[in-house]
Amino acid sequence: MKKVYVNENVCMGCRLCEVYCLLKHAHTKDLIKAYKKESPRALPRVRVDESGIVSLSVRCEHCVDAPCVKACLTGALSRDPVTGLVTVDEERCIGCGTCALVCPLGVPKLDKAQKKMVKCDLCQDEEIPVCVANCPNEALVYMEEKPDTNPVVNYVNNN
Amino acid sequence: MSTTTNTKYLIIGNSAGGIGAAEAIREVDGVGKITIISDEPYPAYSRPLISEYLAQPCPLEKMLYRKPDFYEVNGIQFVLGEKAVAINPAEHTVKLESGGLIKWRKLLLATGGTPIVPTMEGIELKGVFTFNRLDDAKAIDTFLNEYRSNVKAVVIGGGLIGVSVTEALVKRGVEVTIVEMKDYVLNTILDEEAAALEADALEQASVGIITGRTVAKINSQTAGEVGSVTLDDGRTLPADMVIIAIGVKPRLDLAAGTKIKTNRGIVVDRTMAASLPDIYACGDAAEAYDFVLGENRPTPVWPNAYEGGCAAGLNMAGKKTEYTGGTSMNALKYFGLNIVSAGLVNPPDDGYETIINRHNVTYRKVILKKGKLTGFAFAGDIEKSGIIYNLMKDGVNVDSFKQQLVADDFGLASLPESAWRSKLAKPSASAVPITAAEPEEEAVIGD
Repeated sequence: MKKVYVNENVCMGCRLCEVYCLLKHAHTKDLIKAYKKESPRALPRVRVDESGIVSLSVRCEHCVDAPCVKACLTGALSRDPVTGLVTVDEERCIGCGTCALVCPLGVPKLDKAQKKMVKCDLCQDEEIPVCVANCPNEALVYMEEKPDTNPVVNYVNNN
Repeated sequence: MSTTTNTKYLIIGNSAGGIGAAEAIREVDGVGKITIISDEPYPAYSRPLISEYLAQPCPLEKMLYRKPDFYEVNGIQFVLGEKAVAINPAEHTVKLESGGLIKWRKLLLATGGTPIVPTMEGIELKGVFTFNRLDDAKAIDTFLNEYRSNVKAVVIGGGLIGVSVTEALVKRGVEVTIVEMKDYVLNTILDEEAAALEADALEQASVGIITGRTVAKINSQTAGEVGSVTLDDGRTLPADMVIIAIGVKPRLDLAAGTKIKTNRGIVVDRTMAASLPDIYACGDAAEAYDFVLGENRPTPVWPNAYEGGCAAGLNMAGKKTEYTGGTSMNALKYFGLNIVSAGLVNPPDDGYETIINRHNVTYRKVILKKGKLTGFAFAGDIEKSGIIYNLMKDGVNVDSFKQQLVADDFGLASLPESAWRSKLAKPSASAVPITAAEPEEEAVIGD
C-alpha cells in the first residue's frame, strides 16, 4: 500500500500542497479559475497546521484500523483490503460529520454546499499525489509500504 | 413441523452491532457458519437514514449499510423477517416465532433498542407514530400521502430522534411543534449553549418548541384519529399526527426469560460477554464500557454499536480482544447546522473546568477534570474535533495546552510535540520511496 509521509523538519508551511490539492479536485485545471471562478470553490483534502516554527501538512493516513470507516453511519466509507485506500462513496455520504468526530487527525472535510464529506484519495489518476509532486522542499514523500498483515485464519469448522 | 438448524455463530439483530460482529468474525474465521436473524424484512440498512428517507423516499438500495452481496460474499446465512422468541442458554438454542430451532455455539444479542411509549389516553389513535426503524418512516410517509396539505404534527420529545423526525417532516411541508419535558432540546447530548444554536436553527425553520411541558393526552375529533393534544398545563395544540420520540430503551425481552444479567441493558464485560457462557451482547441492547465514566452504561449510538459488535465478534471467534470503550457521541447536521458532542457535556458537579470560545455561529467548548478531557461540544466548525475526541479517549493530560483546544486556529501543531508525533505515521524500515518516472530526454536535433 502507498502512503504520503511528512518530513516536518523541512516543511515551512508554504501551503502549496493545499493549493495543488484544491486545483486537482476543482473542475477546471486553471489555478486562477479554480480559486476565483468556481462556486462553490473546491476544497483541499490536505491541511497545513502551524504553531510557531512547527508546520505540519496533514491528510488522511488511510489507517489500517480506520476509525472513520468503523464509525460511518451509512457505510459510505470503506477501506479497500488490497490497496489500503480509504474512500468515501459520495452517493451514500450524508455529510453528518461522524468521521470528523472520530478521526485522530481531524482530516475529513465537510463540503457544506454538497452536504458531503471529502477526503484524500491519493490522486488515483496520478503517478504521485499532487501534494507530493509539488512540494518544493521534498517535505512530503510518497512511499510503498508492505500490504497489511491481516491473515485470515480459517478455523476447521466442524459444523 | 419444527426444524432444527445448526450454526457456529448466531447473531440476533441485523444492524450496526450485528454487522460489526459478522465482519470481525470473518477476520479470524473465514468458514465458521454465521447466521444472522432479523425481525425486519430488509438487509442491513443505515438506521440514521430513515429521516432522509422520510424527507425524500428513495429505494432501499440507497440506504443499504453494506453492499447488496454482503451476506453472500461473507457466507452469512441471513434469516430475515423472523423473530427469535426464546433463548435456552443451557441447550445453546434459540427458538423462532415460526417454530424453528437454531442450535448455536456462540450467540450475540444485538437486538437494539425499542422506543419508549408512555401510557396515555389516545396513544392508540391513528396518526400516532414512533420513529425508530424504516417501517416507521414508511408508515409516516403513507400517512402524509393520504393527507392533502396543511398537516400539523406534535413531536413528543426534543432529543435526537425528535429533532431528526422534525427535520424530515419540515421538508415534507408539515408544521411541527416539539414538546420537550426538560428545559431545552437535545438536553441529553448537548449543553444549553450548543442546544440554543440548534433551537435557533429549528425556529428559523418555523418549528415550534415548547419546553418544560409534556403531552398529557392525545385527543380525537374524527373517531379513531388524532385531532389535538393536551399538554400538562391544560393547553391544547391542534395536531393531525403525533410522533413519540421520548427515547429508546434496550430491548431485553429475549434476555428476560433467562438468567442473563441485565441492568438498564444487558450487562457485559470488556470482551462484550454477557453473564452466561458463550453469550455476548452489544449495541443499544447492552451496557458497555464508557471510557469517560470508566464504567458501563448504555450509550445508544451507531458507532459504539459497530465497535462493540466488532469486539464481540473477535471474542466469539476466539481472538481475545478488549472493547476499548465508547462514550456518548453525536454528530448532527440538522437544518444545516453542524454540531458534534462527546462525553459529559453537562458537568455533574463543581469538580470540572469549562473553557468556551464563542463567536457568531462558531462555538467550541471543552470540559476537563484534573487536566483531562471529559467532554466537548463544537458547533459551526466541527472539523478537527476528532483530534479532541482522541485526546479524550487516550486520556492525555491537556492541562498545559487546554486553552489551545478551543482556539480558532487549533490543529495538530497546537499539541505538544510528543503528542502530534504520536499521531503522525512514520515510514516503516521497509518502505520504498515512489518517485515519478523521469521524463524522457528530448532528442536534440541539429546543432
